[in-house]
Amino acid sequence: MQRLRLFGLVAILVPALATVGLWSSELVHSESTALIKVDGSSTVFPITEAVAEEFQKETRGSVRVTVGISGTGGGFKKFCRGEIDVQDASRPISSSEIEACRAGGVQFYELPIAFDALTIAVSPQATWVDSITVAELKTMWEPSAQGRVTKWNQIRSTWPDQPLKLFGAGSDSGTFDYFTEAVVGKAKSSRGDFTASEDDNTLVQGIANDKQALGYIPFAYYEPNKKRLKAVSIDGGHGPVSPSRETVENGSYQPLSRPLFIYVSTKSAARPEVKRFVEFYLAQVPVLAPQVKYVPLPPQAYALAGEHFKNGRHGTAFQGGSTIGMKIEDLLRREATL
Amino acid sequence: MRLKSGIAKYIKSTALQRRIMRRKGLDRFFAFEGLFVMGVALLVLFALVGQLTADGGGRLSWQFLTSFPSRFPAQAGILTAWIGTILVMLVTALAAIPLGIGAAIYLEEYSGKSWLTDVIEINIANLAGVPSIVYGLMALGLLVYELHLGQSFLTAGLTLGMLILPMVIIATREAIRSVPPAVREAAYALGATKWQTVRDHVLPYSMGGILTGMILALSRAVGETAPLITVGALSFIAFLPHPPWQGEFPFVSFEWLFDPFTVMPIQMFNWVSRPQEEFHVNAAAAGLILLAMSLAMNAVAIVIRARFRKRIHW
Repeated sequence: MQRLRLFGLVAILVPALATVGLWSSELVHSESTALIKVDGSSTVFPITEAVAEEFQKETRGSVRVTVGISGTGGGFKKFCRGEIDVQDASRPISSSEIEACRAGGVQFYELPIAFDALTIAVSPQATWVDSITVAELKTMWEPSAQGRVTKWNQIRSTWPDQPLKLFGAGSDSGTFDYFTEAVVGKAKSSRGDFTASEDDNTLVQGIANDKQALGYIPFAYYEPNKKRLKAVSIDGGHGPVSPSRETVENGSYQPLSRPLFIYVSTKSAARPEVKRFVEFYLAQVPVLAPQVKYVPLPPQAYALAGEHFKNGRHGTAFQGGSTIGMKIEDLLRREATL
Repeated sequence: MRLKSGIAKYIKSTALQRRIMRRKGLDRFFAFEGLFVMGVALLVLFALVGQLTADGGGRLSWQFLTSFPSRFPAQAGILTAWIGTILVMLVTALAAIPLGIGAAIYLEEYSGKSWLTDVIEINIANLAGVPSIVYGLMALGLLVYELHLGQSFLTAGLTLGMLILPMVIIATREAIRSVPPAVREAAYALGATKWQTVRDHVLPYSMGGILTGMILALSRAVGETAPLITVGALSFIAFLPHPPWQGEFPFVSFEWLFDPFTVMPIQMFNWVSRPQEEFHVNAAAAGLILLAMSLAMNAVAIVIRARFRKRIHW
């Protein structure tokens, strides 16, 4: 009993004392700190996290940044209600979101920050497949393939007569929206009989352990798992191209590379700390994006984005349209029309 | 005499002995089965803890406990997460436990049987089974948008408080019901008022059961993610909330209640969904800490319970 009581006491006291100590050290900085709220896409999260981490080091805690993951759609809902300052987006703002923002009285800057490449991955044991055409991907994934296209040799006759096991993103993810739009031609239009998961690690696991499997994952998940997965080159009509920083940068990895954005509310941007954060973001992201396995844009893209931000040129260059098949130059040209 | 020898003869008969043997065998089988089931449950628990320790044990360090999240797995820590969990649990416990115990006392001791109490009872039982995400959506509408409490510790604590309130009420009622009516009658016979009876007898005697209920309820709340994501838990916070004390009078500060929050399960969820293997190790280590936290919480409740039990003299 005595010992039990002592244990209880220790169990309370140790965390309590630790808390007191840590807080006291923090106490000095806690006076009048500014808060910047970022939310949105889980794809963009690692980049914004890296920037926020560095920014808080830079400002020595005088500005606080929070980053949430609500998904691109969930984030835009908050953004257009004026609840957050900066929105992470893995696709441009949609027309209904533009409408919502107008209704909420929120104007915004649209700043492209990096490129992501969707990777078609198979197991290294799937020796027969090195490249695939977009048309073949469509045959594989379109809704009418459900229950009908079930074997590798139905896609290409030289491939083996073995069951085809498909892995892909869950229907709530922006990756799913992008892949279906790029490959099938219509967002959210996909066969349903594949292993779907919102967690890309589950997909990596599934594909790596099954030589009959094929799936699509973000490049950031392929890169650390290179030894367990094989990336299939995509043939968009100009010969097979494998995903890499170079092929995304020169625009040849199509149509599966996509731009990522941040949206900044003009009202928030009037606050000096938000302005400083966004400028820091554009200056640091060329270094930080590759650290978290994303492809940075060419320098002139950041220069242009910074100019728009500085000169108060707000609005979207896409008007609710999509970015499928968009090369970096196209993106720049689009943004320049603002 | 004849009867006696007849019984003796019957007892010695193999038919009866076989029957007894069979029943004893069943008895032993059941005991063995109970032991087996318990063994399996414990084995699963040990396997789980063992796996977590094997994965994340090496990552545990003072640095891990005192660092903010980071994009570098080796520099990342769970400081904001564990402080967040403790503060959210504090608000949850302060909101749900007094309210729940009060409601249970009213329902068991004061309210008569009427259609209204019937409705309340059915509702409480049903609420205990409502999925947690529904509480999250309700809290988002009510606490965040209507009452403007923001995406804060206060909102998070109240959300989880609502989630566990039905559990607290049900557990407390069960505990109160287990106090023999004779105890109450004896108190009344000596002239005690209803409140005196409840305060001095019913509550202390049922405290063991009540605390067990609290442990279960808080243990559920500590692992919840879905309702907290709905009300706006964040994935990256690299600063601490305002401290709950201050230099000048009145020395306590409640500013932290309105600060943005994150909790351990959300930090873990964020880490397991990262591509790098090292983050998965971090998640396992955070799991170990969460386990230790809920064990510590239970230990405190067990100590308090033991103290209450010692005071009961029937």
